[in-house]
This record gives sequence, C-alpha cells and structure tokens, in this order.
Amino acid sequence: MGRKLLLEKAHVEGIRTYDVYRREGGYASVEKAFKNMSPDQVTEEVKKSGLRGRGGAGFPTGMKWSFLAKPEGVPRYLVCNADESEPGTFKDRYLMEFIPHLLIEGLIVSSYALGSNRTYIYIRGEYAWIVDILEQAIAEANANGWLGKNILGTGFDCQIYVQRGAGAYICGEETALIESLEGKRGNPRIKPPFPAVKGVWDCPTVVNNVETLAAVVPIINLGGEEYAKIGVGKSTGTKLISACGNINKPGVYEIDMTISVEEFIYSDEYCGGIPKGKRLKACIPGGSSVPILPTNLLLKTAKGDTRMMNYESLADGGFATGTMMGSGGFIVFDEDQCVVRHTLTLARFYRHESCGQCSPCREGTGWMEKILKNIEYGKGKMSDIDLLWDIQRKIEGNTICPLGDAAAWPVAAAIRHFRDEFEWHVLNPVESQSRNFGLAHYADPRPVPVA
Amino acid sequence: MAEEKKLFKVTIDNITIEVEAGTSILNAARMIGGDVAPPAMCYYSKLKGSGGKCRTCLVEVAAGSTADPRPMPKLVASCRTNVMDGMVVKNITSERVIDARNGVVEFLLINHPLDCPICDQAGECHLQDLSYDHGKEGTRYEFNRRTFQKHDLGPYIQLHMTRCILCYRCVFTADQLTNKRVHGILDRGDHAEIATYIEKSLDNDFIGNVIDVCPVGALTDRTFRFKNRVWFLKPVDAHRDCPKCSGKVTLWNRGDEVYRVTARKDQWGEVEDWICNECRFEKKQTSDWVIEGPTKISRQSVISQGHYVGIKKPKETVVEVMDGRKPRLLMDIHDVSEVNKPNVDLSKIAGPAHSEDFK
Ligand SMILES: Cc1cc2nc3c(=O)[nH]c(=O)nc-3n(C[C@H](O)[C@H](O)[C@H](O)COP(=O)(O)O)c2cc1C
Ligand code: SF4
Ligand code: SF4
Ligand code: FES
Repeated sequence: MGRKLLLEKAHVEGIRTYDVYRREGGYASVEKAFKNMSPDQVTEEVKKSGLRGRGGAGFPTGMKWSFLAKPEGVPRYLVCNADESEPGTFKDRYLMEFIPHLLIEGLIVSSYALGSNRTYIYIRGEYAWIVDILEQAIAEANANGWLGKNILGTGFDCQIYVQRGAGAYICGEETALIESLEGKRGNPRIKPPFPAVKGVWDCPTVVNNVETLAAVVPIINLGGEEYAKIGVGKSTGTKLISACGNINKPGVYEIDMTISVEEFIYSDEYCGGIPKGKRLKACIPGGSSVPILPTNLLLKTAKGDTRMMNYESLADGGFATGTMMGSGGFIVFDEDQCVVRHTLTLARFYRHESCGQCSPCREGTGWMEKILKNIEYGKGKMSDIDLLWDIQRKIEGNTICPLGDAAAWPVAAAIRHFRDEFEWHVLNPVESQSRNFGLAHYADPRPVPVA
Repeated sequence: MAEEKKLFKVTIDNITIEVEAGTSILNAARMIGGDVAPPAMCYYSKLKGSGGKCRTCLVEVAAGSTADPRPMPKLVASCRTNVMDGMVVKNITSERVIDARNGVVEFLLINHPLDCPICDQAGECHLQDLSYDHGKEGTRYEFNRRTFQKHDLGPYIQLHMTRCILCYRCVFTADQLTNKRVHGILDRGDHAEIATYIEKSLDNDFIGNVIDVCPVGALTDRTFRFKNRVWFLKPVDAHRDCPKCSGKVTLWNRGDEVYRVTARKDQWGEVEDWICNECRFEKKQTSDWVIEGPTKISRQSVISQGHYVGIKKPKETVVEVMDGRKPRLLMDIHDVSEVNKPNVDLSKIAGPAHSEDFK
C-alpha cells in the first residue's frame, strides 16, 4: 500500500474539528516553521522536496516561490486556487471538505514563507457548503492563535479570507482569478508581467493549488529531503487522483506515483477494474484538457515500457504518444464509449467557458463544437475531420491563456488516436447513433473476462 | 547632463534597427514601416493596456536576445512583447506567422459579415484591409452567423453588434476618456457582446471617440452614417478654439458642405488628439472652422481615389508627330449628347450623378 501524507487522517472521526485535528498532530508544521526556521528556510525545504504544482502545469513550487518579487514596503499575497472546475477533477473538494485544517495549516506556513499577511482562498461558487467548512476552520485557527497578529510571538501577522467565485472555469486560470478576486470580470491578463511581479492589486503574488499548499505541511514535518524520497524521479511526494468514468470504485485516491496505470485501474485498492467485465478503451488521465490515450498507449509507452502514474511517464513520447499528469482527473472509458460524443461534450464545455478575449479561442471553440455536433449527429463530412484538425492547430499556442490549448488538445488527441471512429461516424450516420459499435481500439493485454 | 537612453538592437525580417529599451516589437516594426509592421486590430498606442487580444500581430521570435539567443517556442503578440537587445523577429518571413495570421483572419470573419458594400465603414475598415492582405478568398465556415438587433446608444452612436470583433478598444476609450463609463462587454466567449447595461445612452463628452477607434463598422456616427461614402468626400484639416479639446480635426467635405467631423489620424489609423462631442457632432458649418488644408491620405487608401498628386503626364505624342500643331477637334460631344453637361458641377449634386441631373 502506498504512503499517505495528505489523506492519512481524513477518515479519523471528527477530524474536521480543530480539537481532533490538533490531537492528531495538526499544526505541528506551523510550530516547527515559526520556531525553528526563517521564511527563506521554509522555501528552501519546499525546493528540496521537489514538489511540483498540483494545479495542472506541474511547475516546481519552490522555484515559483523564489521568483516572488520582494520590493520594500509593498505587500505580497498568497492566493489559494480552489476554483477546481476542470471536468473530471474533484480532488481539492475532497481535501477541503474532509480535512479542512490541513489546507489552513499549509496556508499559514506558506504565507509565512512568502511574507503574505493577507491570504486568500478563491473557491468556486458551487462549493458553497465547503465555504462554511473552511470559514469554520479559519475561525478555529484564529481562536487558537494560529492566525491573527503576532502568531506564536514571531511578529508575523496573517489572516486568511475566503472569496467565492461565481462558477466560471476561466477563473481558475491564475491571472483571471486575480482579476476576479479584485472584483473585475474574470479575463486572463496578458503575461508578462507575471503575478510574481504584479498580481493582486499589482502587488507580487503567488497563486497555488489547494493540494500544493496542503503538501507543504508534510514537507515541513518530514523535511524536504525525506519528502523527495517518496515517489520517483521528478515526481516526488504523493498525488491525489480523482478517478471517475467506467470504473468500479470512483473516488479520490492518494498515490505515491510509483504505481503503474494498469495497477491503478485494475487493483482493488484503487479503481477496482471496469464494471460488468467490459474492456478498457481509453483514458484521460489528467483532467479533461489533457490528451486522451487509447489502451495500447495508456498501459505501455511507445517504447514498450510500463506506463506509470507519474509526471514523466505519462508525458513520455510527447503528445504524439503520451499525455499529461495534469490535475489528476482520471477519466476511464470502457469499450462502449463513443470518443466522438465525449469529444463533443468537452468541446461544448470549452466553448462555453472561453472568456472571449482572443479571436482564435472565442471563435475557434464554437466552430469546433458545431462541426463535432454534425459528425456526432450523422451530418458530418469526411473533410470535417481535417477541418477540425486544422482549427485546433490554429488555436493551439496562439492564445492569451492556456484555455485555448485546453480546448485544442482533446480534439487533437481524439483525431490522432481515434480517427477511424470519426470516419466511421461519417460513413455510418445511422448506425453510429446506436453507439454500440465496439470498434477495436483497445489493445488490452488482459484476457477478456467472462461476464 | 541628459540621461543617456539605453538602445537595443533588434532585427525584424532581416532589417536591423536600434530602438529604446521598453519599445514593443510592433512599435519597433512600425519604425521600419512597410510590410514589416504587423497588422493590429486591438492594439491602440493611445490607449493604456490595449492589445494582446485579437492575435493578428503574432510574430515569431527566432532569437530572444544576445544574452539568451534561444527562440521563443510560441508565437508572441508583438504589440505586447518588448524587444530585447539582439532579438531576432520574423514577421512576413515566417511561414508559421503567415499561417497563424491566416487563421486569425478566418476566425475574425466568422462572425463578421462580408457585407462591405453596405457597411458604413466601407473604405475605412481595418478588417477589410486585413482580409485583403492576409486572408483567403473563401471561408470554410458553414454555420449560421450570430445575429443581433442594431442598437442606438443615445443620439450620436449606433451599434451593429454583428460586426464587432471584440477588440475592447471602445471599452478602453470609454474607460480612459470619460468619467462615467456605462458600456462594456457582457457575457463570455462567442456570445460576448458590447452592451450598455440596459439600453443606456452613451453621451459623455468624449464618448464620440469610440467611433474613431472601432476598427470595423460596429460603432457608427448617427449624424453621418449612410449620408455619404468616404471616397466621395474630401478630407480637410481644420481647427477651432475649443474649450474642451484641442479642436484639431479632419472635416469630411463635399463641396463646401461638412458631412462629418473626425479626429485626425496618423499613418497607422490611430487618433492623434481625442476630440469632444461638440466638435464632432455639432460643428458642421464650414464657418465653425479655420481650414488648414487638405489632409494627407495614403496613396493606397480608397479615400485618395481620384485625388492624385505629383503625377507625371505621358508625352502628347499626337502633338509631337504633328510638329507641335494641336489636333483639330473633330466633334464636340456636347453638341450631340445631353450627357455630362459641362455646366453641371458634379460635386454640387447631393448623391451620385443621375440622368435627371442632365435634362
Ligand atoms: C482555464 C484554466 C483553468 C484552471 N483552473 C484551475 C483550477 O481550478 N485550480 C487550480 O489549482 N489551477 C487551475 N489552473 C491552473 C492555474 O492557472 C495555476 O497554474 C495553478 O493554480 C498554479 O498552482 P500550482 O503551482 O500549485 O499548480 C487553471 C488553468 C487554466 C488555464
Ligand atoms: S484563450 Fe480563451 S479563455 Fe484564454 S484569454 Fe483567450 S479567449 Fe479567454
Ligand atoms: S464595438 Fe468596435 S471598438 Fe468596440 S469592441 Fe467591438 S469592434 Fe472593438
Ligand atoms: S494587435 Fe496585438 S493582439 Fe491585437
């Protein structure tokens, strides 16, 4: 069984309350950091830990922190990105709902490291009940002297505020989040300047994901080097994976990134295999924006190595034969699933969520959705497939923020790996509506189970 | 001693110039001029924070700087990327740029009808120029375009949302020039639209400038729209003593009549000085103005059609052949036809000339 660092105590009765959390060893990292370490030493430990941001891009957190500008007399801000709107990703919700003090603890230590006296949790509006849970936890932390003025006599003041978003996926993008936090329309900003130089109210700002900030707690408790020993290569520590789709046990799992994709899908400790003995067709392993992979490339890399559940292995081969760890939204498709239909669903999502600032994303996402709708509903042409390919190619890399890429990649990967399915839809407009066409895309090495 | 300005060497499409640190790639390219300057639909040098949105000005950075000569992986918006010393930029010499710009034009034209002959902006539309220069003759888009009702935004301005390309220029203008902004962008993605929150009128003192900054025919001047076409008008620089603005304008005349007043624009189509509503909408008598002289118009512009300067006439070969004698007029057309009476002054006719005018 893999090591648990974040969710180890999540199931302890009453862990949501301060008393139980403290009794279980909570807030030890704050004590350790505030009493024995300078802010720079905390950053140093995070660097040593090799922690990569858990929000999607996987950028090294310690390095990101060290980019923070520190001009005299200007406040700095830490913002926790709890917007979590990527389809398939629901890990942060679990963490905040069941063990809220872990996030608050991580936020206090991180605020100390970064010198943020006002720290914000920007949370998606739909997580209304979690707002109450977090505010309760903040109130308890305040009451017990972990927040407020002169924490533990260090002279450091810190307060945490919860800000609710209004349910726009784009507000998860860090610069759009900052705009929204400032009370403006959630349009991404053009970079540079980066938030580390000009963020919230033009002050230096770090935006980090919920899981990233929670991971700072075990990093300080264990020490960066110990933390780095967990996992493999540049995928250190543990990672939360939210698994859904055609699996027997959907849910949030904490893994230590040394297991294989196959083990994750089939072992009883995790997803527990595919319902009704069906075969595996494909999987989107990192949230809806990362490329989908067919079974043969999902379980093995193009070189024939076992595909592992970590950043490097999932990305192996680039987008031609690989994908991304992303935010860990693991979506499994069984043999009955229609890739065209799922691609349309995603295209509809990205069209709806585009902020509309840049022409390729604003117009391209809508265009892709309309073409996919035609193909899906039996009105497509063969040339539509090439047109889709061309449109996604002209969006990717040409936009202000990565939402354009997030809209382009699923379409690109679906055509790249499942082109014959698109063609089949065009050639068999009537039959394709039954969706029970069982195209042989799976190269599942396992014997077909007997139902 | 004057502070010495730091200069950066930048090479754009194989032409090297030195520019001040802090100059954007677009502005550096504009200093070179010609085709090296990328097109710009949303950037407006006079508006703070503009640019970066339309993506028409994307360029390839083949080398970041002398210190770090690595190429940039993605194309960058030249209007929002500053030059570095030793930077090498490819604009029209880059196939990637040409391809991407082609795509941007196609995207922009999806929800912009190509009804140029009936749009009031015809002849002054930057999107029309862009699609001529960088677009294709056809479109691959086969779906219904979005439609909107046209809106009167108060007494002076009309909005045709069908033509808007969401460049945000008018929003920045209203934000930066007027004290109470009542219009902005509502909704998201391809359903985003310019709106005044519940049919408000735009009547701030400087709001008329949104018409000048709009690169397409989405915001038009209600006191002028469809009263004439730009190529029938003669632009004249003029000024008046205005307490609110510089009073420096361009009058668009036909004969002695002032059809339209706009701010003066530079070679990039950008306003030189913002003008107030009074100058723009209410001063339409020649006597309101001190005339300075004809406005200089680019030779390529449809507006300069027929107004040639410095032309060289070909040699009169008939005269030469006839040893300097003038040819004899064999027939005067006016003796036999009613058409084109020399006593009818075409510029005095309100509309295009018609057979009725020559009766
Ligand atoms: C369209 C879009 C939506 C995003 N949504 C989220 C989100 O909901 N939560 C999140 O943590 N990061 C999200 N991100 C990534 C953030 O921009 C940012 O990279 C992240 O919060 C950084 O945190 P990390 O360094 O801890 O990973 C999104 C990015 C894009 C482009
Ligand atoms: S890529 Fe899309 S979401 Fe991002 S800024 Fe451009 S239009 Fe907005
Ligand atoms: S109305 Fe004109 S200026 Fe305003 S956003 Fe649309 S195109 Fe730009
Ligand atoms: S002019 Fe540069 S992006 Fe619009």
